[in-house]
Parts: sequence; C-alpha cells; structure tokens
Amino acid sequence: MKHILSVLVENKPGVLSRVTGMISRRGFNIGSLTVAPTEDETLSRMTIIVEADEVGFEQITKQLHKLVSVFKISDLTEDDAIERELVLFKVQCSPERRHEIIEIATVFRANIVDVGKNTLTVEATGTESKLDAMEDLFRAYGIRQLTRTGKIAMSRGHDQ
Amino acid sequence: MTQDANTLQDKLARKQTALEGKPFGPGSHTEHEGKTMTGAQAIIASLEAEGVDTIFGYPGGQAIKIYDALYDSKKIHHVLARHEQGATHMADGYARATGKVGVVLVTSGPGATNTVTGIMTAYMDSVPLVVITGQVTRGVIGTDSFQESDIVGITMPIVKHSFLLQSTADLTRTFREAFYVASTGRPGPVLIDVPSDISGEQMVFHYPDSISIPSYKPTYRGNAKQVKQAAALITKAKRPLLYAGGGIVISHACQELVELAERMQIPVVTSLMGKGAMPCSNPLNLGPVGMHGSKYANMAVTECDLLIAVGARFSDRVTGKVSEFAPHAKVIHIDIDPAEIGKIINPVVPIVGDARVVLASINERLAKQDAKPNDEQWVKDVFSWRERWPFYTSDFADYPDKIAPEVVLSKLSDKLDSEASIVTTEVGQHQMWAHQNIRREHARTFLSSGGAGTMGFGFPAAIGAKIGCPDDEVVCVAGDGSLQMNIQEMATARAENVPVKVLLIDNRTLGMVYQWQSLFYNKRFSFTQLPANDPDFVKLAEAYGWQAARISRPEEVDAALDQMLASDQPYLLDVVIPKDQTVYPMVAPGAPIDDIIGALDVTLGGVRVTEKGFGDGKKPKSLEDVLDEEEREGDE
Repeated sequence: MKHILSVLVENKPGVLSRVTGMISRRGFNIGSLTVAPTEDETLSRMTIIVEADEVGFEQITKQLHKLVSVFKISDLTEDDAIERELVLFKVQCSPERRHEIIEIATVFRANIVDVGKNTLTVEATGTESKLDAMEDLFRAYGIRQLTRTGKIAMSRGHDQ
Repeated sequence: MTQDANTLQDKLARKQTALEGKPFGPGSHTEHEGKTMTGAQAIIASLEAEGVDTIFGYPGGQAIKIYDALYDSKKIHHVLARHEQGATHMADGYARATGKVGVVLVTSGPGATNTVTGIMTAYMDSVPLVVITGQVTRGVIGTDSFQESDIVGITMPIVKHSFLLQSTADLTRTFREAFYVASTGRPGPVLIDVPSDISGEQMVFHYPDSISIPSYKPTYRGNAKQVKQAAALITKAKRPLLYAGGGIVISHACQELVELAERMQIPVVTSLMGKGAMPCSNPLNLGPVGMHGSKYANMAVTECDLLIAVGARFSDRVTGKVSEFAPHAKVIHIDIDPAEIGKIINPVVPIVGDARVVLASINERLAKQDAKPNDEQWVKDVFSWRERWPFYTSDFADYPDKIAPEVVLSKLSDKLDSEASIVTTEVGQHQMWAHQNIRREHARTFLSSGGAGTMGFGFPAAIGAKIGCPDDEVVCVAGDGSLQMNIQEMATARAENVPVKVLLIDNRTLGMVYQWQSLFYNKRFSFTQLPANDPDFVKLAEAYGWQAARISRPEEVDAALDQMLASDQPYLLDVVIPKDQTVYPMVAPGAPIDDIIGALDVTLGGVRVTEKGFGDGKKPKSLEDVLDEEEREGDE
C-alpha cells in the first residue's frame, strides 16, 4: 500500500541522496518526493510517498532513522493528515472556448495564471483526487503540458 | 589481547567516554589548543586530541599537506601500506583487535576509491573506522579535475556517516563527530573528505571536549517491560538456546553472556562474528552454526523452543532457509540496531539496546527470582549430539597420507597461547576450517570478514592487529587465492618489522567456489584452478625478506608449526593440501540448516553421512552414496 512519510532532515548538501539512496538500495520505489526548508532553515522537510507492505515500510522507517542526517520521521499514512499538491495545467483552448476553462477553474477554486493564443495555464492546489478530477476534465480539451509538485503533508492539531 | 595495556576495564572506560561524547584523548588539553595553524595541521592536531597513536595510509597529491603536517607529529605513528585497500583492512584489524577506532589517511581519486572494499568490509561487520580522504580544491570539485572522485557519493551506501568538509570552521567539530558516530551505537566507518585548499587555509585550533548530535541518539538501555518478558520466557523454556553474534564482542558482554548461559544451562551457538564471545572451553559453547556449522549446533537451533539472539542479525549464512529456521522456537531478539529487529525474523520479544546492558538486566531479574533451569535433559541431549557428530576425529582422514587442514588448524589452536594470541582469516574454505577447528577463549582474538566475505582482508588485518597488540602472537590463516589479493602488504610487514605469521592452506584452487562446483555444478570447474607451482610462495615470501617454509606430509606438521611460532620474524608456512578436500559439514545454499551434507557420524564408525535432522530411522546415507546419486541424476 501507499505510505506517506514526513521526514525532518538536516538542510545540507547530499542529504537528499542519502535519503533516496537508502530507500532505493533497500529495494523500494519512491512514488513522489518533495523537499524544502522548514521554519528553521537548518532543517528541511521531505514528504515521501512510497509503495511498500507493512514489513517493508517498517524497514524503510527504521533504516531512515539510522541516518545521522535524519531528525524525525512521521508516518502520516493513517493519520487524518492534511495533504496538498500543486499542479500547473497548460490547456489547449481556442479563444472562443476560454470561458469553459475559466468556469471549470472557478468550480475547483483554481487560478488562471497565464493566457496564450491557444492555451490557458491553470494553477490548482488540493488533494490528489481533486487534481485528478480536474485533469480528467481538461483532457477533453487537450493538455499541452502538466506539472505536479508531488504531495506535501502535515498532521492536524498541535503535535507534529 | 594485550592484557596489561588493554584490559576489560580500559575498554569499558573507553566505551563510557564514547557514550558521553568526550574525546578519546586529551581533547582541548593539548599544546595545539588556541594556536593558529593550517587546516592540515589541525587535522593532525585533532587526531592527537582523540588520542590516536597509529594511523594507516598512503600519501598522494591532495593529501600531501596533511602528510606534511604529519611529518611533525611526535605522537602519531603512520604505517605506510602498499595499497590503500591494505591500509583500510589494517586499520580494521587494528580496530577489531583493540576495540579502538581505526584511522586511515589516503589521497583523492584512486587513493580514495581503493579504500571502498575496506570500508564496505568494516561496515558489514560494524567496525569503527575514521577514513580521511584528500579531495581536490573546493573551486574545482565537479569539473573532473585530476584525481577527482566523488568519494562521499561513492561510499554513501557503505558508511555509517560521511562529511565533505566545507570550511575550516567545521573542521574540529567534524572530527569529534566522526569519532563519536563511528564508535557509538552500532559502530561503523565514517568518512571525512578534505578538499586540499581547506588543508592549506589558516585557522585557530579549538578542539571540542563534548559533542551532542540531536539527530543521533542510540538506545542503550532495554525497555524494562520487554526485559521482564524475556526473563519470563527464559524461565519457562524447556529447550532454550542462545545465538551469540558480534554485538556481544562489540559491547563487551562476554561475562554477561556466560552468566546467563550458566545460570539457566543454556547452550550457545555463535555466528562467525560471535566467535570468542564465549570461551570455547566452556562446554555450553556449541560453536559455529549455519552453512558450515556443526550438525549438533544446527540441530540445537532446529530443536530449541526458545532462541535468544543477542547482537546477531540472522545472516543467510546462519539461517539457511528462513521459514524452517528454529521452527519450534519463540524468538527473543536483542540488538542495538532497531532496523535489524524484524528484518529477517519476527521476534516475540524485541529488545533494542546494548547487549551488555540488556543481558545484565535480564541476569539481574533471573538472580532476583533465583531462577533455575527447567529441564536438565535438553543440555544432555545436545551434548550427546556433539559426541555423535563431531567436526573432526583424529582417526578419520578424507585423504590419508596428505595433510588434513582440520588437523593443521587444530594443532595450531593447541599450540597458541589463548591468552596472548590472535587469529585472522582470509575468506574461503580455510576460513571455515579455522572457524570450526580453532578454539578461542576471548573476544577480539578471531578476526574474520563475516558479512562482506572479503578475500584480501585477513592478511593486512593481521598486520593491523599485531601493531595494535604487539605482545600477542598473530597468525593469519590464509588461502592461496585470498593471500594474493593483498600480498603486497608483505612489504609493509617487513618494513614495519611486524612479525606476523601466515599459515597458508594451499590447495591451488579457489577452493570454496571449486567445492560448490564439485557439489552443485557437475564438477564443471569454471576458472577455479590456479597454477600448481606459480607463484612459489616460499620464494615470494623470501623476496619480501620473510622467513618461509613449505610442508606437504602429515608428519611434518608439528615441527613446522613450532618453527613458525618460534620465529620472531614475519613468517610464511605454506601447507600443501589436496584440492578436493571439502569443507564439511555443509548446508546447501537455501536449504534448511538441519539438512546437512557430510557430517561425521561416530556411531557408524566415523563416516560422513548426509541426512536431514535425525534421519528417517533407517541407516543414514553415506556421503559417497549421495554424491553418486547426484552424479547419476546429473548424467541423466
């Protein structure tokens, strides 16, 4: 099954490859990964989605814990965690049909961030299912380009 | 073991120092403190602050500034190896024998990459090393400059941690962290890559007297509830068995292991890394288990109802077919590395902690309850199996008139003073014969590449061990394949005047692979046979300034061993054995460990037999029958 890991690491060169190297070396595949500095700029937070069974996932967590560069690992899979992803769609669209795209974007609380001669670029954030739904709708028009950031996640309430 | 200079108390004191994050040496209390110096001088000063008196290395362009600083050191003895891999194995042997951190200094590029096998060997067997590599200047990193290699990237999967020095401001703290990380928790190699412009930069030297790494906090004390559960299982078990690994040696838990085994009459099987964890003279010690373990040790695992694994990691060479490993047993797994627990076997009681601390707390509970063994019969049974299926008996010979390696190694074992000797091995058949036939009384006196299985380890490791423990007799048991992987270090032993002994078990084959080809690949000996006369190891040794002798007849063994051990010079004894001599007993790869090929059965008059467990009640098949059958099947 898919697991969401939130990993707090040292913000130093090479740490990303230590983490990803450890996961791939132990035979697991990373579904998506995001990394950026936190409120404390000596630290970065990685959100990693991996596919693994329970035993495999336990190994990944324990092996990551052993890395000296890793401070803390939270498993957000079972949690009622807040998950978000950002996506940019460049949608094929003639000028006369622009309003249709704008309508869809409005329904999904997305923004139009660029208009070309025959394209509209839409920025959307949300859960995976919401973004998948938008993607389905835009496919009918033709998607010229699509970029997703990969998931970021955070637990609710006070505890991290 | 140099008893006077490096007692258990010394080792425990050093462990305590390590745990507290304090330097192993004078720290800030050196004459270097507060002085302005180059980065290179600060590296040498840092090593002195850590109390390092011996390092192993090989100079080169990007390390030249560090070597220049080393030239002035009066405290550090540098051992010049003839290959960086040799230097790394020497530091490893030094660390395994003394319990101290081994230090390696090499240059960039090929100098650094030549340490890779040595680092991996240390990593697999949890040996504390600090490897210092020169690097090209910061400005040209990433430009494919001369002798540039991304050694931090290359070694990432095989180090416990690594650093690319970015500034002189981080230098001394990095060294303290490296020694701290290498020596605490589950030990391992740590690499520090030093760009040569940092070596040249001026800085003020301040060595930290303590360190704390918030992201690195190993667990030493076992969870009290789990300790209680473990003690309860131990008191209830009818057929308990201890499975001792290298963690016992590393944590200095030998006394605690013996106390537990003796109080509850629990037999002990040992992994290759666990050899020496319990004196071989203790009858409860059943010795080697697994692929080339004894039939009685393997049967004990299969029959036990409680398996207490301590500082061991259920290597495939021990478990064989995992689903049939210890099939009747509940498992207690004690290890300082949480990732080892549940990796191969799911224990009923997992305990993360230091083997010494956890065993002591289990012993304490058992003492309080005045716990007694449940079933005297279990130990009697196991001992009777030992009588029935010994590793070797003197009235047995696979090849009469030829030297039997079992006999040579057993005689060597008898002749060595177990209080003042260290045996190292290379990797292959001779390693398994040594494991089976050399009896050791103390931890850190049998050094062998377990996890990595590195041919070329044993000989340089012997040099490192002898340098670390100069009062001990150090013998490397080698094969003619392995020895040639780092034979150039004969020059190091001569130049450094290190009188190590090499007992060469010479069969002119790459014996372990040859054995597998013989047993499992229809005798298709693909590239495992070496020239019968080249090299002449005696002449080769003499060319390096060594003493040497060769024997090929059984009656020569005693005198030749005596002569080797009497020498105060580096000495090679070339022992010619038949190439078809096979390491028995053996468990085929992937088979359950009670399915044993070629164990001697004295109840049948001392013949090798092959059967699973106790057999089906019929007369067991002789080894010859089994091999004939396999051959016929192969022909069909």
